[in-house]
Amino acid sequence: MPDESTISEKAPISPEATFLAEVQQRSGETVSRCYQCRKCTNGCPLVFAMDVMPNQVMRMIQMGMRDELLRSTTIWLCASCQTCTARCPNDIDIAHVMDALRQMSREAGVAAEQKIVRFHEAVLDSIRRYGRMFELGMVGHYKLATLDLFGGAKIGIEMVKKGKLKFLPGGIRAKREVREMFERDQGE
Amino acid sequence: MEVSYFPGCSLHGMAAEYDESLQAVCETLDITLRELADWNCCGASSAHFLDDELAVRLSARNLTIADREGRELLIPCAACFQRLKHADKELRKDAARWVGQPYRGKTAIYHVNEFFDRPEHLDAIRRKVVRPLRGLAGVAYYGCLSQRPAKVTDSQAPENPTSMDRLMRAVGMEVRPWSYKTDCCGASLPLTRPDVVRRLSGKLFEAAEEAGAECLVTDCPMCQSNLDTQQADIKAEQGKQYNLPVFYITELMALAFGHGRVDRWWKRHFVSPTALLQSKGLWGNDHA
Repeated sequence: MPDESTISEKAPISPEATFLAEVQQRSGETVSRCYQCRKCTNGCPLVFAMDVMPNQVMRMIQMGMRDELLRSTTIWLCASCQTCTARCPNDIDIAHVMDALRQMSREAGVAAEQKIVRFHEAVLDSIRRYGRMFELGMVGHYKLATLDLFGGAKIGIEMVKKGKLKFLPGGIRAKREVREMFERDQGE
Repeated sequence: MEVSYFPGCSLHGMAAEYDESLQAVCETLDITLRELADWNCCGASSAHFLDDELAVRLSARNLTIADREGRELLIPCAACFQRLKHADKELRKDAARWVGQPYRGKTAIYHVNEFFDRPEHLDAIRRKVVRPLRGLAGVAYYGCLSQRPAKVTDSQAPENPTSMDRLMRAVGMEVRPWSYKTDCCGASLPLTRPDVVRRLSGKLFEAAEEAGAECLVTDCPMCQSNLDTQQADIKAEQGKQYNLPVFYITELMALAFGHGRVDRWWKRHFVSPTALLQSKGLWGNDHA
């Protein structure tokens, strides 16, 4: 029998009944099928940096642990390498579940890795403006948003010297068509 | 033959040497690349990270253009390839939802390795080699997105792809076996979590050296950039000095085809490949 005093000292789990349904609806993936074989975690190259293992993510969704999960670093450190998705014996697209969790985390305003959020926002902003990614402009936007002005500066300067970063955006003609894709999205 | 071509943002920017070397290779092989008219960014990792629907729409527009052009579609960037393949599957299921118009879905979509590995191209490649890259030992690094997940990419061997191994042998290289062909390099994290990228790419360099490789070969611009740019910082952080050039497969094909202006690509690499190539007698005054 477990010692009762130990149990009471641990943070209580307050499962949220609707979380599993919400994640399944949003991702289109049947997370309830996960039976904890741990293939996802065994193959994941990012586990050394994660605070929750991928198999635990699946279990926490089933348990309705919304807050813990949406605040985890794991969902942002997932690089979407697709190894878990490719190997899941229950055909759960785990990387796509991570997409759904990231989006819910950002919407709830609790994303743990703000720099990663700002980076992807800067990329999308560049696409919205020009229809294509303008790398130098995107990096500038990201640097201003995070005030991480000198991180990676040496590599950046070297890239400019090697002519790897263009100074002008090469936009497309159908900019409006692309912009409408963003607007339609906000409307929904 | 004529092929529709989706270069993607990287090949028009940071990976211009991939674009130029691919154009050079295709010219030699009599393949005409027709750039997709007014293509837009596929959204890369960022669109699906933040907005699933936007991710499909961005790629879908490009597919409808390719659908009208009716040719095979070559996508050299692994991330673009995977995003367009994903959108292609969605459009086949429900074109009305995404593009509000019929989608024939007859376009065959290829990334570089699978495209050149087709028997007719492989034969032509062998015939066009004038300077076999003898004695140059490398590992084939495929990365993630040209392979996984197979239900999207239609990869025949996602855990152990061999198409680039065959291309490397076709141009005379020595291909070293290793188990890290499809391990992740850190993808879109170099600006935000460079520590993670250094750890992952450091593991790849260690394994490549253990396999006896003198260089890595890839067909993904994100992988090439992550691996090529981080070696100096890995030395600062982990104390290990790697000096492993990271080639695009098309750069090596062009070199083997005797293409005259390959040196302008070497100048864009962080880890210069000239010393290695000179030591093998594959690069020297007569080529400059």
